[in-house]
Amino acid sequence: MAAITLRNVEKTYAPGTKAAVKVIHGVNAEIASGEFVVIVGPSGCGKSTLLRMVAGLEEITGGEIDIGGRVVNQLEPSERDIAMVFQNYALYPHMSVYDNMAYGLKIKKVAKAEIDTRVAKAAKILELSPLLDRKPRQLSGGQRQRVAMGRAIVRQPAVFLFDEPLSNLDAKLRAQTRLEIQKLHGELGITSLFVTHDQVEAMTLGQRLMVMNGGRIEQIGTPEDVYGKPATIFVAGFIGSPPMNLLKGEADGSRFTVGGQTLELPQSAPRGGTLILGARPEHVEIDPAGAWPLKVDVLEMLGAERLVYGHIGGAAFTLRIDGMLAPPKAGETIRLRVAPERVHWFDAQSGVRV
Amino acid sequence: MIENRPAATVLSHLTLILGVLIVMFPVYIAFIASTQTADQIVQNVPMSLLPGDNIVQSYKLSLLGGVTETGSRLPAAGPMLFVSLVTALTIAIGKIAISLLSAFAVVYFRFPFRGLVFWMIFVTLMLPVEVRIFPTYKVVSDLGMLNTYAGLTIPLIASATATFLFRQFFLTVPDELVEAARIDGAGPMRFFKDVLLPLSSTSIAALFVIQFIYGWNQYLWPLLMTTDENMYPVVMGIKRMISGGDAATEWNAVMATAMLAMIPPALVVILMQKWFVKGLVDSEK
Amino acid sequence: MQSKRQRMAVEKRVRFKSWWLPWALIAPQMAIILVFFFWPAAQALYYSVQQQDAFGTNVVFVGLQNFRALWADESYLASFKTTAVFSVLVAALGLTSSLLLAVMADRAIKASALYKTLLIWPYAVAPAVAGVLWLFMFAPSIGVVSYALRAAGLDWNHLLNGTHAMILIVLAAVWKQISYNFLFFLAGLQSIPKSLIEAAAIDGAGPWRRFWTVQFPLLTPTTFFLLVINIIYVFIDTFAIIDAATSGGPGKETAILVYKVFFDGFKALDLGGSAAQSVVLMVILVGLTVVQFRYVEKRVHY
Repeated sequence: MAAITLRNVEKTYAPGTKAAVKVIHGVNAEIASGEFVVIVGPSGCGKSTLLRMVAGLEEITGGEIDIGGRVVNQLEPSERDIAMVFQNYALYPHMSVYDNMAYGLKIKKVAKAEIDTRVAKAAKILELSPLLDRKPRQLSGGQRQRVAMGRAIVRQPAVFLFDEPLSNLDAKLRAQTRLEIQKLHGELGITSLFVTHDQVEAMTLGQRLMVMNGGRIEQIGTPEDVYGKPATIFVAGFIGSPPMNLLKGEADGSRFTVGGQTLELPQSAPRGGTLILGARPEHVEIDPAGAWPLKVDVLEMLGAERLVYGHIGGAAFTLRIDGMLAPPKAGETIRLRVAPERVHWFDAQSGVRV
Repeated sequence: MIENRPAATVLSHLTLILGVLIVMFPVYIAFIASTQTADQIVQNVPMSLLPGDNIVQSYKLSLLGGVTETGSRLPAAGPMLFVSLVTALTIAIGKIAISLLSAFAVVYFRFPFRGLVFWMIFVTLMLPVEVRIFPTYKVVSDLGMLNTYAGLTIPLIASATATFLFRQFFLTVPDELVEAARIDGAGPMRFFKDVLLPLSSTSIAALFVIQFIYGWNQYLWPLLMTTDENMYPVVMGIKRMISGGDAATEWNAVMATAMLAMIPPALVVILMQKWFVKGLVDSEK
Repeated sequence: MQSKRQRMAVEKRVRFKSWWLPWALIAPQMAIILVFFFWPAAQALYYSVQQQDAFGTNVVFVGLQNFRALWADESYLASFKTTAVFSVLVAALGLTSSLLLAVMADRAIKASALYKTLLIWPYAVAPAVAGVLWLFMFAPSIGVVSYALRAAGLDWNHLLNGTHAMILIVLAAVWKQISYNFLFFLAGLQSIPKSLIEAAAIDGAGPWRRFWTVQFPLLTPTTFFLLVINIIYVFIDTFAIIDAATSGGPGKETAILVYKVFFDGFKALDLGGSAAQSVVLMVILVGLTVVQFRYVEKRVHY
């Protein structure tokens, strides 16, 4: 078990040449020992690159990475006391499940008896015991992923690294494996860094989330923080489904003008000028006495809830209502109300929370 | 099979059987000839198409050599078969070994002049030994390697077919396997031995067949650089047996030698057919 | 995250770090190809522009004179023609017969494995041995086939008749190549999606038409590839067949280019001329190989 510290970590491809591209810009983070942290962000934001730098599979071109108090920049992956679970499992196709799990230990010259014990234990936790003699091609996707995890567990590392391990599984298996990973963390308590582009996975698995975009960290916080107090409009729009409504307009005291439409605010805006107002679809209610007019375009029935898509003053706006409630009609204009503490404000230039 | 056209199926089988017969015919003739005496072959025209009863004598004469009825000396095929075997195995194994190492270096390492090295290896694909035969002969001669196994084999290991094919194969091995191996603590040679080699077994088998046959069938090169009868491979020696003209040639022994010369490569092909076909076709793509 | 991973085509993203290991790994191969390939090839180039004097003691730079001499040499041009005729015949006959067999094998699904085994082993036969076998069958006085031909009215004698000699070596060369061509054609046919053929059948096309409109066009890459391979085969590997069956004769009528290189260099000891011939062959082969790789590489995706 070890803590991880990222100090001003940077990554530039082809450094020093004309084609140099900086993909990670000064990342700082502290991950406590035993913590399960999820790095989440859209494709291409650099989260896998960051993970691979922690693993030692990518060169660190700037800053330092600390694992368990040691600076690991110059260390080979096998010397960093880490284990990694890959998106494509990366199982050795010609070796049995047992040999796949035992390989790393064999190289470290661990005694055969010890290898047997560790593999048996991991196999039991992951329910792989009857499959130890099989080759990877005889296993299903879910089983292969468990073998990949078994290989990681057997090393008894200080840190687990997961690189989008659930992306290749079908939806049902994904949900199941998510629970298994949670259970595993509960049992073993090893520091874990988990990369995903799926915000649902992030929210359900992470004790804390690192939201990344364009090679930068937008916010680090608990799921509650990231959901309830998004630090930037990127985080606001990325976390939560359907995404938060973001309206750009002019604020003046208790009035907010959006595309010609003036809205009464439940509380004064933090300052005047051009701001972005955020309100989650689930926090807005239909209220005939409400201050905000919404012209309804389309409705989607999901069962337990219904999504209402419409416009406020030309800007798109979505709200979520109970599925059992009588729905408004397309073309109708309805009135909405939002609680004051559910309104978010962001600077229109920087996108940062105000 | 889309429609059920029995006539077409029968036609297909007939054509194939005809094809097989045509393909087998020369070998059948050779076999028959090897079971008769030289006299029978030359005097009875056409030669009978049924096996004779001289089979033991023919093969004995072929393997051990001796003096023929016409008084000429027939070289023994036994030692020649041995030379062929050693040559073929050395070429096959040698080529595969150095090619695996080179392909591994070129694919999995970054080093200065890598591009140049790769190009140099690639160029050797284009010119088989027959085209540069005399200068190669001179080099081998200067190095004192005439009439040696080294001289018979090493210059033929120079072409890079195997390296290129292994390189193509290595490029299809997923990157994650290397990363997982690195995390497991395997260094490059460990990865090569534990992961890459087992995965390459089909390619290695196919290349073994191709290179063994290549080595066994060498004609021009041994013709040029061996003058010592003890170093003649069998496919070369066989030509020398027929230079006396139709009547003077000990045809039964010649055909017996031909049969013997065909057996080892045929065995190799048939036994390793599955890998060979797969590797040959896949690798050329 | 697809784009990064798809790029593993020509370059590996992952590398091992070592400054000395790669050199050690390529050393054996580099040593061999430097000594036994580049050095001799360079020498061939060097000698092709030199001429030895009558005593063989001095070499003089003569520019392209050797090459011009070749072009003026009737026997060289004749050899060129012989090679061209030979390759066309071998390629045409070899490819069509193999294609026919492959198409038939593709249809006879049940026994195709057996036919495959029976048809691939000529690949194992040495060209020299093939030459001897066919020589034996066609030997004017004692061969079985030549007997049958004489009985049918054709006076076969390849020792005297240049055309007969050519036919003999063409047959021997084609026989040897059937397996190789057959294997590739069969693989090519089997890689054509069955759904295309079924669609054609539903459209009402019979087997003959299906072959010409669906299968044959899709076999074009394979055919082209085999064409180049066969031509290279003809230029090089048939030496043994010719030496065994006809010794380049009668006279010089079956002396293809590579045979002439050997004959002139070894037996007639014309260093400059033979080197020049080697260089010409090299140029032709390099050209063919470049064409083949360019074309094949273009349609390959990893």
